[in-house]
Amino acid sequence: MSTAPRLTALDALHRSLGATMTDFAGWDMPLRYGSERDEHNAVRTRAGLFDLSHMGEITVTGPQAVDLLDYALVGNISTVGNGRARYTMICQEDGGILDDLIVYRLGETEYMVVANASNAQVVLDALTERSRGFDAEVRDDRDAYALIAVQGPESPGILKSLTDADLDGLKYYAGLPGTVAGVPALIARTGYTGEDGFELFLKPEHAEGVWRALTEAGAGVGLIPCGLSCRDTLRLEAGMPLYGHELTTALTPFDAGLGRVVKFEKTTNEGRFVGREALEKAAERAETAPPRKLVGLVAEGRRVPRAGMSVVANGEVIGEITSGAPSPTLGKPIAMAYVDAAFAAPGTEGVGVDIRGTHEPYEVVALPFYKRQK
Amino acid sequence: MSNPQQLRYSKEHEWLSAVEDGVATIGITEHAANALGDVVFVQLPEVGETVTAGESCGELESTKSVSDLYAPVTGEVVAANQDVVDDPSLVNSAPFEGGWLFKVRIEAEPEDLLSADEYTAFTAG
Repeated sequence: MSTAPRLTALDALHRSLGATMTDFAGWDMPLRYGSERDEHNAVRTRAGLFDLSHMGEITVTGPQAVDLLDYALVGNISTVGNGRARYTMICQEDGGILDDLIVYRLGETEYMVVANASNAQVVLDALTERSRGFDAEVRDDRDAYALIAVQGPESPGILKSLTDADLDGLKYYAGLPGTVAGVPALIARTGYTGEDGFELFLKPEHAEGVWRALTEAGAGVGLIPCGLSCRDTLRLEAGMPLYGHELTTALTPFDAGLGRVVKFEKTTNEGRFVGREALEKAAERAETAPPRKLVGLVAEGRRVPRAGMSVVANGEVIGEITSGAPSPTLGKPIAMAYVDAAFAAPGTEGVGVDIRGTHEPYEVVALPFYKRQK
Repeated sequence: MSNPQQLRYSKEHEWLSAVEDGVATIGITEHAANALGDVVFVQLPEVGETVTAGESCGELESTKSVSDLYAPVTGEVVAANQDVVDDPSLVNSAPFEGGWLFKVRIEAEPEDLLSADEYTAFTAG
């Protein structure tokens, strides 16, 4: 197998913009173009442009497409309306999370599943395997799409000047086909930044033209290109989980505090879906004897917690950091962590993080750290 | 980026000013600052502390990682830049000027410090 990194359709453009590139799940992706703090703040206050072409698109079509998705995923996909999107997960038989996904319903019997880059093959394999016996086709469409996101309060105005689509009528977590800068695109009001914004699925050969058109349309309102580094601090402030950090195969959705995505009352397949029995037990355990809980931590000092560091109280380890970074919006280091349920209440006294041997004091808070004003 | 000619450089990406009365100013290079990303926390050696060439004497924390700060020479710390402790972004915005880190009264220095041209070639490789 080749170990050469995969390049997106925008690779040459990123390099011409002076991006610092990084390996991400086998892809060479922009980490940042200039200061990641400036990029973060641009998305919070103006607009930012992201290349997310590494995400994995899988098309599921056919008369039983929805039956397959209801069986393969933990959500109730039957209730997703045409043109809407749903955040969901795919779990193992034992309830462990294989990936978190967004499923877009593109037509009566056509769905697009968007997987994390690092899990795209795992999800494709699982869906293919689980499709046996269903009259549905699972198609790998990773090479069929480039994905560009424009995120931030100025993004509706920027996109409006380039599209024929009715953006005012496009709700959060919905998507519709249209044109952007004269080329066809699936326009979705989704994102991973905690801000209003859009994700544009287009043919790779159109990516550069659309990127340039968005750059031009946004120049007057402060749009700048943004890399994966600020995307991580944006999602962390918004309290959004990241696969491999807050979500792993060792955890069920209930352990991750996301039990609400699991729907036991499905109408298709007589309620059967992969992981059901294990997840019923996990749901009960979360109710009666909760294991660790996912919480937010805010530093009192300036040292930054990192994934894998121990959370401590009274000299004992009570949990582990899953993600940590300096928060540009709060001006303090923040983290998500799984901690013993006894220490999970906001305001719990005496909690700290072991940062290279020093126990730095942290405040336990409810997630998210940041919520945009609507 | 250009590395100032009057400075000398370590392979750990510190710079060292010309020595005056036995004291040199030390910082990290623009190359290092760019590689780190936005610096958000700086821990410097304390005045009076002795640092040893090639050994860790502090920390530079950026958005994504924490890096050791190495002493390019051996000697006693005679000043630490409080401005950069208060505003770590000076390391990124002015690495060769306002973002200096500490001053050392030199007792010994390694022989492999680089000239500006040598350092430029070293980081280009």
